[in-house]
Amino acid sequence: MSGHSTYAPKTGFGKWMDARLPIARLMHDSFVSYPVPRNLNSFYTFGGILSLMLIVQIVTGIVLAMHYAANTEVAFNSVEQFVRDGNFGWLFRYMHANGASMFFIAVYIHIFRGLYYGSYKAPREILWILGCIIFLLMMATAFMGYVLPWGQMSFWGATVITGFFTAIPMIGDSIQTLLLGGFVVDNPTLNRFFSLHYLLPFMIVGVVILHVWALHVTGQTNPTGVEVKKTSDVIPFTPYATVKDAFAMVVFLIVFAWFLFYLPNFLGHPDNYIPADSLKTPAHIVPEWYFLPFYAILRAITFNISIPFTDIVLIDSKLGGVLAMFGSIAVLFLVPWLDTSPVRSANYRPIYRWFFWLLVITGIALGYLGSRPAEGGYVLAAQFFTFLYFAHFLVILPWLGKFEKPTPLPASITDAVLGEKAKA
Amino acid sequence: MSAKASKEPTRRDFLYIATGAAGAVGTVALAWPFIDQMNPDASTLALSTTEVDISSIEPGQSVVVKWRGKPVFIRNRTEKEIEEAKQVPLEELKDRAARNPNAQGEEADTAIDLNRSAGKDKENWLVMVGVCTHLGCIPVGQSGDFGGWFCPCHGSHYDTAGRIRKGPAPENLAVPPFKFVKDNVILIG
Repeated sequence: MSGHSTYAPKTGFGKWMDARLPIARLMHDSFVSYPVPRNLNSFYTFGGILSLMLIVQIVTGIVLAMHYAANTEVAFNSVEQFVRDGNFGWLFRYMHANGASMFFIAVYIHIFRGLYYGSYKAPREILWILGCIIFLLMMATAFMGYVLPWGQMSFWGATVITGFFTAIPMIGDSIQTLLLGGFVVDNPTLNRFFSLHYLLPFMIVGVVILHVWALHVTGQTNPTGVEVKKTSDVIPFTPYATVKDAFAMVVFLIVFAWFLFYLPNFLGHPDNYIPADSLKTPAHIVPEWYFLPFYAILRAITFNISIPFTDIVLIDSKLGGVLAMFGSIAVLFLVPWLDTSPVRSANYRPIYRWFFWLLVITGIALGYLGSRPAEGGYVLAAQFFTFLYFAHFLVILPWLGKFEKPTPLPASITDAVLGEKAKA
Repeated sequence: MSAKASKEPTRRDFLYIATGAAGAVGTVALAWPFIDQMNPDASTLALSTTEVDISSIEPGQSVVVKWRGKPVFIRNRTEKEIEEAKQVPLEELKDRAARNPNAQGEEADTAIDLNRSAGKDKENWLVMVGVCTHLGCIPVGQSGDFGGWFCPCHGSHYDTAGRIRKGPAPENLAVPPFKFVKDNVILIG
């Protein structure tokens, strides 16, 4: 997609600069003249929305860091003081907290859009993997950020999540001690989490730049999944994609504002307004909503995996749960090679389309089950949906590509948009 | 650069290898401080013993003390609790290891009630790290299906000897290293 540069500096300064650091040329080629498929729908605006949310989180985060003290004695109060006494403290705090949720809503839509339209298929494997890395970094950042207000959920969430590492045989306990800087979550833990929570967003920026770079090398996919073939398939990024992205951002910000101004604590948990107490575990620990599906998978493995007919345990239930949870993310990295169908878009894959929506339902069901207590029928249901989740990627995707008969693809994007008129 | 290929090692080859080797050793030597700084510092390690006076704990009562930042349950068990724990056959246990570094004698590593407690004649005393062996929550005392401890996070049930009986936790509650320094004072750690 990256053709010849059409940038032509008009002013004297522009020419002078272009001969020394052609940054204006780079911006022009990437965001003005850059050609995008003419048939992109609204689901393709979430990349822009995610860039906006990353900036919102970094800017509000820098503000919060000016008023926050990463010390167990005062951390909880420093947040509350900023909210109650600080100038617009309430605004920045809830922008940041709800912004994290909005960020994850957008990233989940973005990921499912990629799965629906087969955006991960050759030659976009690296683009997809960079996206998976961004998702992992987002999860780590969000987890450590949630620890900083030092409420009960902060503390016990940190305890449970760092406890995952104790499932590793032999060296697990030493790794946990290394990560915590002590034998329990305490001041050293809070300090390093603050340091890393400040660092990771900038690493995300770095990977986002690689992600956009990879995108601009291969060009965007589109709802037909047919590659761009001629100039009538594309339109310039500015003004067409720019205004579409900007419109989508405004709509998205209205939803964000609704939560921010009317339901600022709806997505949070009341227990986190109780200061951390290392001697009392809340009755029901749940992570933030965006981690619930993975939490359900963690808790679904309640059985040891043994060598049949012996007592020798290969993987105990705790390690099994942790492996399943990390595996549920690791499997995303392999999707470009697990999906054997040559057709990208689910629009032309009649059976895959059903399995796609089944995966969406699986994700939502796991999210619900992650918020329920781990007992009885909830555990059985979580086991069922965990099985469905892995079956989708490890069985359905490889198998379906060989069996499914896709519907006829349009000859080009132009044909798909204009139909018969294109031939006239 | 090099004018022609020579089989004899040159002084430049020597410099390449020497520089590379020194760089590699230096990188490894410098990596360790960067990792080790994350480990617990001296003041955290220094808090690793705690002395507790247990004279005021009546049968059926417990206290919780902090050791290495973790809660330690000290329970003076009732006759009924000891009896219940003794009745459990070893085969019924999910974890048959005592998890008690203080237990002595033959079969000290099996999870019979004696090996879980403070030992002969002190079987009423149960001293355990109050951290669920699943993912580190703090179990609630005298509750759950076995009258011992129950972890609310992911539903692990422990019996009156702190042994895991039901739920996702893999191990019995750990017994910390401890000893009686007097008849009514124990030293943990």
